[in-house]
Amino acid sequence: MSDTNANSSGGWLGSDRRRLLIQEYGIFIAFVILVVVLSFSNPYFLTAGNISNVLLQTSINGVLAIGMTFVILTRGIDLSVGSVVALAGIVSASFATTSASAAVAGAPYPVFVPIAVGLAVGVACGGVVGAIVSRFAVPAFVATLGMLSAARGLTLIYGNGRPVPALVPEFRWIGTSSILGIPLPVIILAVVFAVSWWVLTQTRFGRYIYAVGGNPHAAKTSGINVTRIRFLVYVISGGLAGLAGMLLAARTGSALPQAGIAYELDAIAAVVIGGTSLAGGVGRVTGTLIGALIIGVMNNGLDLMGIQSYYQQILKGALIVGAVMLDQKRNQNA
Amino acid sequence: MVPLAPTPEVPLVEMRDISIAFGGIRAVDDASIDLYPGEVVALLGHNGAGKSTLIKILSGAYKRDTGTILVNGEEVAINSPRDAKKYGIETIYQTLALADNVDAAANLFLGRELMTSWGTLDDVAMEAEARKVMGRLNPRFQRFKDPVARLSGGQRQSVAIARAILFNARILIMDEPTAALGPQETAQVGELVKQLKSEGIGIFLISHDIHDVFDLADRVCVMKNGQVVGTAKTTEVTQDEVLGMIILGKCPPGAIPGPGAMKAAA
Repeated sequence: MSDTNANSSGGWLGSDRRRLLIQEYGIFIAFVILVVVLSFSNPYFLTAGNISNVLLQTSINGVLAIGMTFVILTRGIDLSVGSVVALAGIVSASFATTSASAAVAGAPYPVFVPIAVGLAVGVACGGVVGAIVSRFAVPAFVATLGMLSAARGLTLIYGNGRPVPALVPEFRWIGTSSILGIPLPVIILAVVFAVSWWVLTQTRFGRYIYAVGGNPHAAKTSGINVTRIRFLVYVISGGLAGLAGMLLAARTGSALPQAGIAYELDAIAAVVIGGTSLAGGVGRVTGTLIGALIIGVMNNGLDLMGIQSYYQQILKGALIVGAVMLDQKRNQNA
Repeated sequence: MVPLAPTPEVPLVEMRDISIAFGGIRAVDDASIDLYPGEVVALLGHNGAGKSTLIKILSGAYKRDTGTILVNGEEVAINSPRDAKKYGIETIYQTLALADNVDAAANLFLGRELMTSWGTLDDVAMEAEARKVMGRLNPRFQRFKDPVARLSGGQRQSVAIARAILFNARILIMDEPTAALGPQETAQVGELVKQLKSEGIGIFLISHDIHDVFDLADRVCVMKNGQVVGTAKTTEVTQDEVLGMIILGKCPPGAIPGPGAMKAAA
């Protein structure tokens, strides 16, 4: 806010640019440092097997965090994704199981049926939340907290509180197969990331998401349908939560009613560590991906070092708070 | 300067005998006002005098009860902000409705983006257009890549005006354009207004403070209690006389009295 801001002198702009670059790539630098440190401290860390393992562990949180990025960019939050993971997982699994007691009539169906059903469940949950947030002006925190509870309840009702076991191999294939040595969930994460990056940076819809998050009033006077944008980001988040639910069920071979508990927190953590502002309008899906990778690498590295998972939680907490403190400092400087 | 299409004899916009009432209160009562190409008309009056309501009828935010609006001499129906934009009427709000987190080019085209043939955002074309229009308005402006939150008040004002004229606005409504600005930035806005005038754009300046706008305006139109007190060229009245119009409704000899003028020798 100093007077120099008013002048667009080259030198000042130059230093401004440099500072921006450091801010934008800071998260990437932190990630590289983390990888270097871990690879020196444990020879197993940089093996192909372990890298593949880390990516696989990251894929579900990565998919959820990318959906969360869309929501947070519009100043929202989606607390319901963990419960939607369980609901979509158990409903889709009931179309893909050979277990007579847990299946819907006619199961197992061809694999595209459970996949379509799982996505539809996620999209429907997101649609309900999106409608409540965008049309009834209920704060996102409250609306998605409601869905967090309701979707968990629905999950327990739908499966009578029991898991859906014995999924058919074609369905499990989604979570367990590899193409050219790369686990399929990792490829799915890469595709979700690429499409999301394209939508947010190259399309009108993406531009409007940033505009709505930055100044909803200005977006509205510019003729942007703010209600529609707000609705759609929850649909995206819900749909990706449905996808994540199926990945989880497919990987473990059965869908559990208690799946996905507290997953929303890891997703939010990845977004925040990745530099997306909870105030909306500022952030990148690239940062989110790196944020998710940092969480994955950290968990893995600490496991390899033989550090108890309890300590990992403390470290993750510190990382989240530290990232937000950095974000605040950046906002003050802006 | 290239002379612009409509002949100076035909007003860019004319509002005739406009009235609007809210729950029995006549907020605007039989008001008439006009604006010629390249002219700046200041609409003055206390808060509640009806000036904002009158101008919101022109920008399509309110629908008039009676009266006619003519653009380039032809009667038009303005029932929504979209209609107003269609006739080249753009409003720049006091609060500068900009998306703070995106850059100047993105703001200029917000809601009306240029697209590539692939259906993706054409940021290169948008920045090129932005440079063209900003070059006309404020050649020193170079900060096309920064989020507008980082710009000064005057620079933000330039972006807001550029946004309006980018889509061929002929009539610009500026609500308290300098209220939030320092002296240097106010001077910058003055330069912008002169530039727009030279391009034949007509400007309504809305203000309750005569000092903000007297030097910029060619004519002043004063409202009081929903009625027009009078209209005068700024060369033919003093600031004190205009103050008398605002406060007392007293129309000086240099002004053309309206329905709201205090009756002479009462």
